[in-house]
Amino acid sequence: MAEPAQEAPDTGAVWSAQDTTPGEIEEALRHLLQEQHARDGAAAPARVLNLVVVLDRDWRGEIMNRLEQVGRYHASRTILCAVEPGRTTIDASVVMTMEGDTRPGELMLTRERVMLTVGEKHLPRLDTIVDPVVVTDLPTVVWSPHGHAEAVDALLQLAQVVLIDSVNEPDPESALRRAKELSEGAYVVDLAWLRTTPWRERVAATFDPPRFRDELLHIDSVTVRHRPQSGVAGLLFIGWLASRLGWGSGSLLAAQGAVRGTVKAHRHDVTLALEPMAEQEVPGLAGIEIGTSSGMSISLDRGPGGLVASRRDRKGREQSWTVLGASRGEGGILGEGIRQALLRDPTYRGALDCGEALLR
Amino acid sequence: MAVAETDRGEQENPLVEGLERVPIHPTTLVIFGGTGDLAHRKLLPAIYNLAHEGALPERFNLIAIARSDIPHDDYRAMARESIEKYSRRPPDEQVLEKLLGQVSYVPGSFDDDSVFSRVNDQLDKIDKEAGVAFNRVFYLSTAPSFFALIVEKLGEQGLHKHGEAEVRVVIEKPFGTRLDEAQKLNRQVLSVLDESQVYRIDHYLGKETVQNVLAFRFANGMFEPIWNRNFIDYVQITAAEDIGIGRRAGYYDSAGALRDLVQNHMLQLLSLLCMEPPVTFDADEVRDEKVKVLHAVAPPPPDAVVRGRYTAGMAEGKEAVGYLEEEGVPEDSRTETYVALRLEVDNWRWAGVPIYLRTGKRLARKVTEIAVTLKPVPHLAFQGAGSVGVQPNQVILTVQPNEGVSISLGAKIPGTRMRIRPVNMEFLYGTSFLSQSPEAYERLITDAMRGDPTLFTRNDEVEAQWRIIDPILENWEKDGELAEYPAGSAGPEEADSIIAPGQRWRAI
Repeated sequence: MAEPAQEAPDTGAVWSAQDTTPGEIEEALRHLLQEQHARDGAAAPARVLNLVVVLDRDWRGEIMNRLEQVGRYHASRTILCAVEPGRTTIDASVVMTMEGDTRPGELMLTRERVMLTVGEKHLPRLDTIVDPVVVTDLPTVVWSPHGHAEAVDALLQLAQVVLIDSVNEPDPESALRRAKELSEGAYVVDLAWLRTTPWRERVAATFDPPRFRDELLHIDSVTVRHRPQSGVAGLLFIGWLASRLGWGSGSLLAAQGAVRGTVKAHRHDVTLALEPMAEQEVPGLAGIEIGTSSGMSISLDRGPGGLVASRRDRKGREQSWTVLGASRGEGGILGEGIRQALLRDPTYRGALDCGEALLR
Repeated sequence: MAVAETDRGEQENPLVEGLERVPIHPTTLVIFGGTGDLAHRKLLPAIYNLAHEGALPERFNLIAIARSDIPHDDYRAMARESIEKYSRRPPDEQVLEKLLGQVSYVPGSFDDDSVFSRVNDQLDKIDKEAGVAFNRVFYLSTAPSFFALIVEKLGEQGLHKHGEAEVRVVIEKPFGTRLDEAQKLNRQVLSVLDESQVYRIDHYLGKETVQNVLAFRFANGMFEPIWNRNFIDYVQITAAEDIGIGRRAGYYDSAGALRDLVQNHMLQLLSLLCMEPPVTFDADEVRDEKVKVLHAVAPPPPDAVVRGRYTAGMAEGKEAVGYLEEEGVPEDSRTETYVALRLEVDNWRWAGVPIYLRTGKRLARKVTEIAVTLKPVPHLAFQGAGSVGVQPNQVILTVQPNEGVSISLGAKIPGTRMRIRPVNMEFLYGTSFLSQSPEAYERLITDAMRGDPTLFTRNDEVEAQWRIIDPILENWEKDGELAEYPAGSAGPEEADSIIAPGQRWRAI
């Protein structure tokens, strides 16, 4: 039964209920918004996107901590669906929070966080529970960091975007397969892909001066070093190069602790290698090396204050410099994932297809 | 994807597709006036934030030039202090340290040839060590009196071109203080540089919400059909500040409100609001359309201009001194701190629509907005008493502080009678986007390094602005009348005299 609304002086309005229904939760949200507006006309609800998170109840603290770290990329309404084994009823709480300090004459943003505690039996039709609670007409993003594939499949009825982290899947093959499945019904934002962004930007920049662009046709080797659990990020990077440069068929095979293979470029083969680096602690890539048949090579490695770039030219002369940039951290990556839900990257699908094809 | 060719016969870079940050050619940025207030508060923090986000060119160096005779390390310490104090985010120590490692300092005065020859040596050394001809961006963050001199010296030392690499010169405002001065400066600058190399900065154009004026007009089919004299009654552009002049008396007293805000920022807003849709958003297509608007604006007659100066009053709940009592203001100052004017854009779309501009210091509130008032409906069926009745619709584009768009509509008051009152439909930038707007200088420095001049003012544009402003200044030299308004008010009452019957100033 619903409990009467309460007020928390610092965090805004709160409401909670046990054994409740989606209709009651929606009504509570409406009332809280009206009360908030009546109390403070300068408070304006953020209306960017809905984020639906499906998670194991025991790990909800960890997920909430991660969401706290996304900085300014908070969703407008976050709906956390905490799955508790054996539960048959729905408990719910709603918290409205205000962002930042108020200044005279300026508006203050408010956001809503809904926590639903549900059972496994609710998951196949989780969409019917969440649907009344999302803000209509806003993009809805689903993130399910602890699996619960059936809940994600159900939520695809109302979500336009699925946020995944392919490095959390047991192996690259199943990660890419799942990403492709999801891509059929929604726009996929893959945190593993976003971790490769600075590397892709730098490689694109290296070959951007007109005198180096021709070298793109002569790439004959690519080595990607990665955290042992982040092989899929390396695969997506190679898939990106393959799709952008029009490389043809090829294959990768596990050998001596690494994954190696070749792919057909226009007139030659490109040697590929994915090498796990045990010392890399953070998810994602550790380094990249690209060589060309004309004798040029470039490499990028993590370093203090950015990526350390090295280039060896055709005559064997070497240079090294730092490409400035701060690490975004895992909080920053998740925030970037939420931001990317509003954009469309036309190159991810090509990278995914090519990466998956290399594993067949 | 095959590797295609560009229009210039170069291979296209297929890796750029889909990236939010397009690669920028290796660049050395040279700041003249590297110890000045602008460099201290805006440029160095902006450069740090670009470095933090990985948005600087892959290879980047910064050379600062100023008169203070200090070693590199002292300049780096000074730059660190600026960044730590004014950056919009706390600096990452490793990124900051690496960035400062790419900063060098050349002391000397701008009329000294040896300074330019030392800069030349430094630039050549950077290129030689990298094995790449870096693009060069010279940023003139100095007193305006040095602009022509520095450009002349760049030409004399051969620094205005650099083989295959690009050389660009960013010139801060003000670009002249009168039309003839702006024309002379343009001639001097363009005797050394090609117009495509010149980036006259107006940082207002770097603001997201100013750029949003174009998005609002040209990305929404519902507004453009009514954006003309048939539907619009009048337009008001307001740039009000609640603060006084602070410690800027030296600059402000020689500039005044007209030069400080109207000649550049407010005429830019007017151009964006009134321009025809460009065929593409290429730099020159957009600027061509803006210049056409400025050419269609005649200088206002004397009775369409009011200037004022604040006297003592109340601001932010405290007593505030008048302009003449501000520190550093000469006793016999005749500088205006407020100006209101009525302009018309004499073209097919806008003829007969008054466009009111007003700006001032120490006004009641800080707000920058464009208010477009539509003509009233032709027939009022609702004459019910007991309400304010039907008001003309207004479209308000707020640039600051609550960035967004608001549309006032007539709506029925709940009840048994047909009574109408205006209600607002609002879009607020902050509620609908996740990203924080980058500082205007971050955007503009990036654009200058990328070679995109869309948000910079072209030579004919700046002269067209002065053609509107110059006769007002000339008239003021003859007629010294200066209205007064108390600090914290909405401005002088005399401003009402330029408003047409049936129209009124919006409350500040």
